[in-house]
Amino acid sequence: MTTHTLRTKRRRAALRTAAFMSPWLIGFAVFFAYPLLSTVYFSFTKYDGFRPPVFNGLDNWTYVFTQYPLFWPAMRNTLWLVVVMVACRVVFGLGIGMLITKVKTGTGIFRTLFYLPYLAPPVAATLAFVFLLNPGTGPVNTLLDGAGLPQPGWFTDADWAKPALTMLAVWGVGDLMVIFMAALLDVPKEQYEAAELDGAGAWQRFRHITLPNISPIILFAVVTGVIQAMQYYTQPLVAGKVAAGVIGGSGQQFEPGYPDKSTLTLPQIVYNVGFQRFDYGTACVLALVLFALCMAFTALLMRRRGGLIGGGH
Amino acid sequence: MTPAHRRRAVLQWIAVHSLAIAAALFFVLPFVFVFLTSLMTDQQALTRDLVPDTWVWENYTKVWNTPGFLTWWRNTLLYAGLGTLLTLASSIPVAYALAKFRFRGQRVSLLLVIAMMMLPPQVVIIPMYLFWAKQLDLSGTLWPLIIPLAFGDAFSIFLLRQFLLTIPDEYLDAARVDGCGELRALLRVVLPMAKPGIAAVALFSFFCLWNDYFGPQIYASDNPAAWTLSYGLESFKGAHHTNWNLTMAATVMVMAPVIVLFFFAQKAFVEGVTLTGVKG
Repeated sequence: MTTHTLRTKRRRAALRTAAFMSPWLIGFAVFFAYPLLSTVYFSFTKYDGFRPPVFNGLDNWTYVFTQYPLFWPAMRNTLWLVVVMVACRVVFGLGIGMLITKVKTGTGIFRTLFYLPYLAPPVAATLAFVFLLNPGTGPVNTLLDGAGLPQPGWFTDADWAKPALTMLAVWGVGDLMVIFMAALLDVPKEQYEAAELDGAGAWQRFRHITLPNISPIILFAVVTGVIQAMQYYTQPLVAGKVAAGVIGGSGQQFEPGYPDKSTLTLPQIVYNVGFQRFDYGTACVLALVLFALCMAFTALLMRRRGGLIGGGH
Repeated sequence: MTPAHRRRAVLQWIAVHSLAIAAALFFVLPFVFVFLTSLMTDQQALTRDLVPDTWVWENYTKVWNTPGFLTWWRNTLLYAGLGTLLTLASSIPVAYALAKFRFRGQRVSLLLVIAMMMLPPQVVIIPMYLFWAKQLDLSGTLWPLIIPLAFGDAFSIFLLRQFLLTIPDEYLDAARVDGCGELRALLRVVLPMAKPGIAAVALFSFFCLWNDYFGPQIYASDNPAAWTLSYGLESFKGAHHTNWNLTMAATVMVMAPVIVLFFFAQKAFVEGVTLTGVKG
């Protein structure tokens, strides 16, 4: 083969790759890279979307970190959700995953029932939970009353709103159940048999065989859970609005986080500052904080040889 | 099996299944209470009753006939349906290149796809909104949400790529030896084998768009004629804020298609969730 044809061949291969990759390349440039750079630029300007942006240095940045009253409450809530909500989801997801591998009768039915809530549209699921946990007439407090237990105010009580959101998140744990189930079925059976012969009890088998075998999946679940918690938007916003009795729809001003900032998260204040107060510069600072946090955890997810997802071939 | 062993096995069976039933109650009861309340009268929905005295099926016709409800359906179907088709058409070739070609920058491209998959839409929403609304004057429509899907979707690309990796290269090599171009190899050889993966991605994409709240809130909130079910449902509660029965009927109607579709396509779903997991 002459070098000439080889070069043509190479060039054709490169063109072919470019052609197949082109939707993504265009999409990445137009719908991500360019807007991200604009976000960085706007974060150093005073900008309301009507008058042209005016450079104002670090004003927006210092405002967010030192004066904006919703920023630190949103960060604190996120930390709470990262610790409690993610932990509950992982522990519960693992428990349900282990349970389903032990179920011998009606496995398909149980698996379907455990998985279904994960599919419920978030707005619908949130509405359902605000109703179920409605302190006056909701079925949950009715049942608690019948059992003689205390009846929290759930979404209307600043101390209980995040636990109520956690219950909603735990209800939709079907995705983790499936991932854990697959991982648990992959643990070599011989290891359990050998351990049993050595007289290891159930806890010891879990501690020394199950956990080490599935630890990459647990880490995966934790890190994706943390990323989800930092992006938590629809559920806390809808829960807050509906519990506060705000009438939705166009032009509706709503101070997010009801009750008493307890359900605020970063994406909600990006929306509030940008699209309700038309302070695009400050909203861009908040968006970049969100960006930095998500990238940090994504990097963690991709660390280790090839990472936990999308590794080599 | 000794009698002691058998007794232990029976006890374990009972323990496991009691636990499973308890867990099933936790997952199912919310659906049951929502459904029961959707059939109550306006008055009874305000009481602590759990079961309706009279089953008011007309609640569902009332919701169906609420002005705008049909429009929300149409918009949602358009957004989710057209969006899914565009996602597939644009993401399949990218996923194919990432899974089956060798080229410079492949690893970086894959890392960028994964990074984008993890980013919330809020990160770039302000320039995007200004672009679509101020420069192209498309606010009040769903087009700013649909058009970008013609340029690939990170999550779908990643999922498809994971699936395409499981298809052995030998099939492709055979097609190439037979003189098949890459596009034909993709269409004739890979796509038929990748049907389960494509089905999973299509379903995930459809549900993701069906459930999207943030996008319609940004672009369509000023124009009720462009609302989707997710966005409309919330305002429905606002407008009927004492009527939990009607709100729950609407909630059931928004959940129902998702659940019905799931029963027809369970395998594809489970496939998709496992693909997002760890094996690469």
